[in-house]
Amino acid sequence: MNGFQSKWKGLKKTTKVDFATYLGVTAAFLIVSFCQSRGMINSSMGGMLVPICCYIVMAVSLNLTVGILGELSLGHAGFMSVGAFSGVIAAMSLREAIPAAPLRLAVAMAVGAVFAAIAGTLVGVPALRLRGDYLAIVTLAFGEIIKELINCLLVGHDSKGLHIALNISGSLSINDLHLEEGGVAIIKGAQGAAGTTKIATFAAGYVLIMAALVIILNLVRSRSGRAIMAVRDNRIAAESVGINVTKYKLMAFVTSAALAGAAGALYGLNYSSLAASKFNFNTSILVLVYVVLGGLGNMWGSIVATVVLYVLPEALREFDNYRMLVYAIVLIVIMLATNNDQIKEKLDAVRRRFTGKGEEARG
Amino acid sequence: MEFLNYLISGISLGSIYAIIALGYTMVYGIAKMLNFAHGDVIMVGSYVAFCAISYLHLPALVAIVLAMAVCTALGVIIEGLAYRPLRQAGSLAVLITAIGVSYFLQNAAQLIWGATPKNFTSVVGFKVPPLFGGALTVSGEAVVTIAACIVIMAVLTWFTGSTKMGKAMRACSEDKSAAQLMGINVNSTISMTFAIGSALAAVAGVLLCSFSPVLMPTTGSMPGIKAFTAAVFGGIGSIPGAFLGGILLGVIEALAKAYISTNLANSIVFAVLIVVLLVRPAGLMGKYVPEKV
Repeated sequence: MNGFQSKWKGLKKTTKVDFATYLGVTAAFLIVSFCQSRGMINSSMGGMLVPICCYIVMAVSLNLTVGILGELSLGHAGFMSVGAFSGVIAAMSLREAIPAAPLRLAVAMAVGAVFAAIAGTLVGVPALRLRGDYLAIVTLAFGEIIKELINCLLVGHDSKGLHIALNISGSLSINDLHLEEGGVAIIKGAQGAAGTTKIATFAAGYVLIMAALVIILNLVRSRSGRAIMAVRDNRIAAESVGINVTKYKLMAFVTSAALAGAAGALYGLNYSSLAASKFNFNTSILVLVYVVLGGLGNMWGSIVATVVLYVLPEALREFDNYRMLVYAIVLIVIMLATNNDQIKEKLDAVRRRFTGKGEEARG
Repeated sequence: MEFLNYLISGISLGSIYAIIALGYTMVYGIAKMLNFAHGDVIMVGSYVAFCAISYLHLPALVAIVLAMAVCTALGVIIEGLAYRPLRQAGSLAVLITAIGVSYFLQNAAQLIWGATPKNFTSVVGFKVPPLFGGALTVSGEAVVTIAACIVIMAVLTWFTGSTKMGKAMRACSEDKSAAQLMGINVNSTISMTFAIGSALAAVAGVLLCSFSPVLMPTTGSMPGIKAFTAAVFGGIGSIPGAFLGGILLGVIEALAKAYISTNLANSIVFAVLIVVLLVRPAGLMGKYVPEKV
């Protein structure tokens, strides 16, 4: 025990925070699973568990782009969409090849991550060379393009393999794929994925969150991570000491996209039907709100903010029609309270009166 | 002739984008913020005009003036309450606040006017007789929209170029602290910019709903995003750029819809935007400012 204590004290502060994050997520998972097995969680809360896991991974991965890399991305839902639909296609076409659902889910998430990473590279290579807010605009455009492309997509699977058609003229339907008897239609144009077998589980969500945290926290604390943060803090200085700016920007951006893709695959396999319009600009913005409220570059902050803000509209149910209005006001007030110097000083004065140690609170 | 028809509908759609984009670009130029609530100000303007025409039975012109007045007040209030306290804060904080304002306006509109779409009656009463023996049809709305866009463009160019207030605006967008030292009231100049942008949004809202009469709390979002794209396309911060960007965007959208694919029209617009940004990172008319070390 003594040995552990001295070891714990010898660790760096960031390492301690990282371990505490892993422990916190694990503890939360165990508590919720325990409550669920005892029937203490009602069905509406139970249905929110997997989406919350997906959005946590979304927020943590977006935090890598916005907080660590310092580039604003407004199309994170686009990567989620790519992951969701490629994951659904993979899971549905491998139904016979891989009968075990958990393994199929893992394969689907991997496929989703790979396709989202490819999309991330395609967007990132040109966009990351630009400076300023341009990545924001290019990612916004990318999200909208993906949404429309998937709306035109027709995919089916039968014994001959995958049948894919792009419904550009708007006149094709799922029958034009000429599927064999016993084949399944996986994506039906604007209707999106329908008839998906639901194989996503809360445990898979937990594993995905832990995997995302391990990948991101290890990246951030590595040599590459320090290079990424150097690019964020001063691009010119970083370039002058020999850091390859485009390479490190792309590394962070593609990692972020791949994780969003895996989260998308999990999300897509949690619903029997899913339309591409779910992953629109508003979804990207929602995740961005989680990241900014949780604190830029702060991974456990993103996790807490996601859980609170995802549950908040549900908790505000009693306000009924007013809940989104209240949500909007809460959002504005939090932003004002945390970013305005005058309000911050007043809050600190209140804190000083109660605790008697204001200077510490300010730091 | 068919091509000419598509071109005219593209230009009139583009004129609406241009009017909205002017609001985006002026606010970005002076306050360096992406005002995502701008699209929702359009929606509020349309609802005000709708109420004035359908419930109060006011003439269309009075309704438009009323909508402009309400939106101007709204723009100034939003700026004063939500954005001014964050003048020193980072751009992300302001962006999230703007998103909060956008949520607020959409949900407030849903509470006041309900989620069911309203049927907006066009404010344009006259019809243009068919030209070339019926081969070319131009709607009255198209004529009014294009005319409104040209007038607004001309007035704004004169205003920012020649009046004292306009010069103050340009000074603020160049360098706020230097402008303050020259005796310019930066806060009231920014308020004025928001007022002008919001009044233009009201005009755009009325024209937009005259074209597509379905009015919902989310009516403003997509035109808002498109107009933002148009502003970037033309070079954000530049007034002629917003005009050019808006018109080009409208024309590309209309032609893509007519000749390539209805389903992929927006994708084509956004793809063109990406290509333009890669070739000219500052937009079509934007100034490229090299970084100094």
